Amino acid sequence: MNSSILRTMARLLASLLLLASLYLLWRGHNAPGGGFSGGIMAAAAFVLMAVAFEPMAGWRATRISPLLLIPLGLGVALASGFAGVLAGDGFMAGQWVTVNVGEGVKLGTPLLFDIGVYLVVIGVALAVIIPLMGEEE
Amino acid sequence: MTLLVALPVILPLATAVAGLLLLSRPRWQAPIGFGGALALLAAAAALLARTWQDGIQVIEVGGWPAPFGIVLVSDMLSAVMVTVAAAVGLAATVYSFRVVDAGRISAGYYALIHVLLMGVCGAFLSGDIFNLYVWFEVMLMASFVLLVIGGERPQFEAGLKYVALNLLGSVGFLSGVGLLYGAAGTLNMADLALRVGEADADARYYTVVAMLFLVAFGLKAAVFPLYFWLPASYHTAPAPVAALFAGLLTKVGVYSLLRVFTLIFTQDTGYTRELLLWMSAATMVSGVLGAAAHQDMKRILSFHIISQIGYMTMGLALATPLALGGTLFYMVHNIIAKTNLFFVAGVVRRLRGSYELKDLGGLARAHPWLAAAFFVSAFSLAGVPPLSGFFAKFIMVRAAIETREYAVAGVMLGVGLLTLFSMVKIWTEAFLKPSPGGAVSEGAVGAASWVPVIAFALLAIAMGVGAEWWWRPMELAGQQLFDRTGYIDAVLGGGAR
Repeated sequence: MNSSILRTMARLLASLLLLASLYLLWRGHNAPGGGFSGGIMAAAAFVLMAVAFEPMAGWRATRISPLLLIPLGLGVALASGFAGVLAGDGFMAGQWVTVNVGEGVKLGTPLLFDIGVYLVVIGVALAVIIPLMGEEE
Repeated sequence: MTLLVALPVILPLATAVAGLLLLSRPRWQAPIGFGGALALLAAAAALLARTWQDGIQVIEVGGWPAPFGIVLVSDMLSAVMVTVAAAVGLAATVYSFRVVDAGRISAGYYALIHVLLMGVCGAFLSGDIFNLYVWFEVMLMASFVLLVIGGERPQFEAGLKYVALNLLGSVGFLSGVGLLYGAAGTLNMADLALRVGEADADARYYTVVAMLFLVAFGLKAAVFPLYFWLPASYHTAPAPVAALFAGLLTKVGVYSLLRVFTLIFTQDTGYTRELLLWMSAATMVSGVLGAAAHQDMKRILSFHIISQIGYMTMGLALATPLALGGTLFYMVHNIIAKTNLFFVAGVVRRLRGSYELKDLGGLARAHPWLAAAFFVSAFSLAGVPPLSGFFAKFIMVRAAIETREYAVAGVMLGVGLLTLFSMVKIWTEAFLKPSPGGAVSEGAVGAASWVPVIAFALLAIAMGVGAEWWWRPMELAGQQLFDRTGYIDAVLGGGAR
């Protein structure tokens, strides 16, 4: 699509969308949000770039195939389940560590699991949408 | 270590992840798939041994106690089914080595088989009705893709029918789960069993919900009158995929029927039993008649899947410990025999390039081993002693006579006879009669295809000759299903009732 308005806005909006997607991912484990909605929003950012420029415009910089994100994300999610096994609490039991930044931030395996979901969702969405956009030309 | 209960789900997932990560290395796909299948079979066997010795095994995933968290439960029914599924998965993987083309492999064929196995094992182990739905979807998604990759036109047509019908079933299933949760306020199956059975529960409401489940699972299990999608889709898939589907997917439907109607919906038994009885009889008869009418080997076998499903659901309708154990025996026997028949059909296709009986012939003389494997599996399916099918049918007929359902026993024997007729038809046409074209050029079949065929034929013999030994775990499973308190206590603890 050849529209300078869309191109200008796409650059701006795509980066905002990516930031917002990370925010959703971060708060997701005990507030509305999470890996799925974050992943969808991130995929939307790449699709917006694809519409404004060309199919791989937003994604090319990452240098990996979107397809590869699917097993990567599944692997991260599966690995998060084993933290509980190692700690002796059972498969998928949440494990937490407190990082002393400011008031202290609690990081846990649910976030890791969500990151896995985030990657899978981006991978699936882009693996489906980008080839379809390429077909048009 | 209770992780053992979750391993049949974790191992296929790990295998699928490894396979997909290395998708750009086609040579590694088969070894990864094989290794994963071997590990799965080992884990399943260990789980079966543990369940057999120490009783029902439960894992509370994430450490959340039942009924709030999701539980995976392994009673004898689950453990036996998981083990058989793992064996079929391994056999199908080995069978695929020489058969599956490069296009399918680089589309993630072996990884998808493991996603399918994960869904099947998850469904067998889940103790949570919504989680069961999720495993169904995992299994169905993998099966959709396995059905259409390789992209031939009839495959897409069949895939579309398969997707549409199964989604319809899923909608019914999900609606049922929603209605159940709305009334009972829980999704844990053991907890549901208690809530639905409470004195002030509205039995009519639950009967309606039970019928939704009956339709949803009946569609997946392919019982009368919901089976029409099956022959239309299975025959287009490549042989190892068709074998895997024929062996496992409908059995997951039967398993789910068995689970919910022995555990949760036990209140209005007269109504559901009567309905199941008629459905089962109609399934047996219409399936076998459909098979009699066809001349394509794979289609005949597809119709026989349906006919055999009727025997299994009949066990649920009769609902004595003997009949329930018999259903499991029948399922295991059927998975072994039926999977192998599809393997054999695949080998025949590779040798002669056709599934049509009129194009085939002379296979018994040219390939005595193949003929022997077919003979064993086919006549086991028909119920000829001393093969596994004879004892499976014997148990079911005996259960029918014990409950004074003489008509049912008669139908079973009659359908057995018609099954024999179909199998004799394939035997004489494809194996005995002289080849129609005179001398034939034959395609190559590697050892990888022979090993699973021979192994499963031997299993069918072993299950018949050693029927008593095989029957003991099934008998225990029947008792566990008949008396659901053991399951409920194992999940919720003895104090819950």
